[in-house]
Amino acid sequence: MSGPNGLPYREGARQGLANQDLQKNLKNLQNRFGRGAMKYWASLPDQEQRDRTKRQRMRTLENLDVALSLLATNIEKAGGHVYFAKTAEDAVNYTLRVARKNEVQTVVKGKSMTSEEIGLDEALEKNEIEVVETDLGEYIIQLAGDTSSHIIAPCIHLDRRKIGRLFAEKLDIAYTDDPPTLTQAARTALRRKMLRADMGITGCNIACATTGKISLVSNEGNIRMATTMPRVHLALMGIERVAATMSEHQELLQLLTRGASLQKISTYVSYTGGAKLADEPDGPEEFHLVIIDNGRSAILADEEFREVLACIRCGACLNICPVYGRIGGHAYQSPYSGPIGAVVTPLLRGINEHADLCKGETLCGACLDICPVKNDLPRMLLALRRKLAYGDKKWQTRVHKPLEKISFKLWRWLITSAPLYRLALRCGYLLQKPFVDKDGKISKMMGPGAQWTRDRDLPPLAGEPFSTRWKKKHSHRHPQSNEVDHG
Amino acid sequence: MHTKVTLFVQCLIDSMFPDVGDAMVDVFDRLNVPLEYPEKQTCCGQPAFNSGYTKEAKVAAQRFVEIFADAERIVCPSGSCVNMVRHHYPQLFADDPVEVRMRVKEIGNRCYEFSEYLTDVLGAVNIGAEFSGRVTYHDSCHLLRGLGIAEQPRKLLENVAGLELIEMNDSDVCCGFGGTFSVNYPEISTALVDEKIDNILVSGADYVVGCDVSCLMNIKGRLLRRGENVEVLHLAEVLAAGGNSA
Repeated sequence: MSGPNGLPYREGARQGLANQDLQKNLKNLQNRFGRGAMKYWASLPDQEQRDRTKRQRMRTLENLDVALSLLATNIEKAGGHVYFAKTAEDAVNYTLRVARKNEVQTVVKGKSMTSEEIGLDEALEKNEIEVVETDLGEYIIQLAGDTSSHIIAPCIHLDRRKIGRLFAEKLDIAYTDDPPTLTQAARTALRRKMLRADMGITGCNIACATTGKISLVSNEGNIRMATTMPRVHLALMGIERVAATMSEHQELLQLLTRGASLQKISTYVSYTGGAKLADEPDGPEEFHLVIIDNGRSAILADEEFREVLACIRCGACLNICPVYGRIGGHAYQSPYSGPIGAVVTPLLRGINEHADLCKGETLCGACLDICPVKNDLPRMLLALRRKLAYGDKKWQTRVHKPLEKISFKLWRWLITSAPLYRLALRCGYLLQKPFVDKDGKISKMMGPGAQWTRDRDLPPLAGEPFSTRWKKKHSHRHPQSNEVDHG
Repeated sequence: MHTKVTLFVQCLIDSMFPDVGDAMVDVFDRLNVPLEYPEKQTCCGQPAFNSGYTKEAKVAAQRFVEIFADAERIVCPSGSCVNMVRHHYPQLFADDPVEVRMRVKEIGNRCYEFSEYLTDVLGAVNIGAEFSGRVTYHDSCHLLRGLGIAEQPRKLLENVAGLELIEMNDSDVCCGFGGTFSVNYPEISTALVDEKIDNILVSGADYVVGCDVSCLMNIKGRLLRRGENVEVLHLAEVLAAGGNSA
């Protein structure tokens, strides 16, 4: 299966590894934000917050129908429209209908992962509607015709000199690689678009059922403009992105900005929902909330994976994952990269098709430790691997590698008999001899072992395993062991 | 007299690094801890479990539970194997009757990692070892994040006469082994172990020490290939060095 750049996982990974800008930027990012978030969690005075919030979040997910219906009622009361989209296509079509009805020519967008998930930009452009990303990172990506490689820092794979050349070409300014000058150039270009836009499209960080507001965090202020200046504001959210109560909402917001960027609160937090009232000077004349399922209810229905819907998309797991930290986001073949992407993408888009995402991690556990809501991503990766090992009807998953399955059956047979197991080790010891070099190591193997010896040496199997040494050397000094024969 | 310890020896130590097993026996001998070694043991099931083959892993787990049923204290020189028994076995038996679940949970509570057993149970931080050299310590993932063991091996190393413990950068970052990950995604795995090795070299240590030979096999394999002059040892081998043995 290939990704947005048309590359399979291993090839995407190879390209990421070869991209020196990416390597440097990811290292800085992980040193600052990954390490920083771990320190932040350790220093939180309220050490219960993360567990408490997780429990609230799981309760809300278990009663999601109630929370969503209350949210919809409250939005409608405030003069907004709510649309439940079963699929990506439904969401795109609804958005196009709203745009056509309002004769929209230009859309300004706030950063939204969900819009990337459903392919909204392409659909709008196909319908001759101009789409302008207003998040600085997303804007750079859009100008470059690229795709994002980090949930929060979409252009982390680009270096400022590249961005300088891009701006010189696309924004018609003199070349500079000075970040403030580049930011100002983007701001000037984007302000013009903001003033002209007919419609603002945003995501939704967290909606609150009881208040009927969606909240949006940003540090650039672009989202506030995109939600207040155009005539129409349409917000997209996954079905899970709702808090039942204000207290849950507040806790999630705190964990979100801390996890994402070590901020107690982001520079801007916008609460919006509904059309502007007669006595209000600004705000949209029309407000639409599109609540998207697109495979999420299947996750919700499965206790093994439900937990992943507690994710608040802060991106902290990307900031600590050693694999993401080397290969970058493009290898993950979806807008959701890193450990969270490795779990969510197979669930949303097919486990067999994204088997590499399920298997391409070391299970080091750092993502679990850093997650603000302590999502057990390693556990869920193992659950996905289990589906690949045996196949799973409910998830329409086939056995991924029949040969691997046979080899583990063989392994099971070997390890259930100690004599057989030791005989196999002895055979391995004798068979390996031609491969052991004069320094006593193996530098070249055949079969799957060749992948190991590609870059590494291997110590050979010992002529005398520990079990033999125990009998010969140690057992007489521990005579009580001779009386024991468990099992 | 100390309580008898039942040795649970990781399959990789049994087959490829038996010296580590010998060293562990030496350390316990020095502390006058009586030992037993159930000879029927093979593998705890971790390779199958981590690849998603939970049925096969459960067969290994069932065997383990039977073989170590009467063991009062089980000690293993591998963090990931203890993590498997303590944290993953209960998951494998989650749908079994309550008495089976209890037995499995309980065996996890009786199963200790080597450095944890020495410091937390025996209270032995100085066991009279002598080892001269600059040593840096690698935190294995399942030992650190699964079992929460970070201070114990460091305490033991600090108390070795002649040993200078130097912390490397990112000692807690994965070495890139990840079981079958290392052969399925060799490019990524190599990038990770190279970073680990760069951090070891920058530390200026002559030895890198850890508590899980799977990580050590990975680090050592890459060090050898790169031709670096740093030696790789299991904690037990350092603790068994020098001093007066019993």
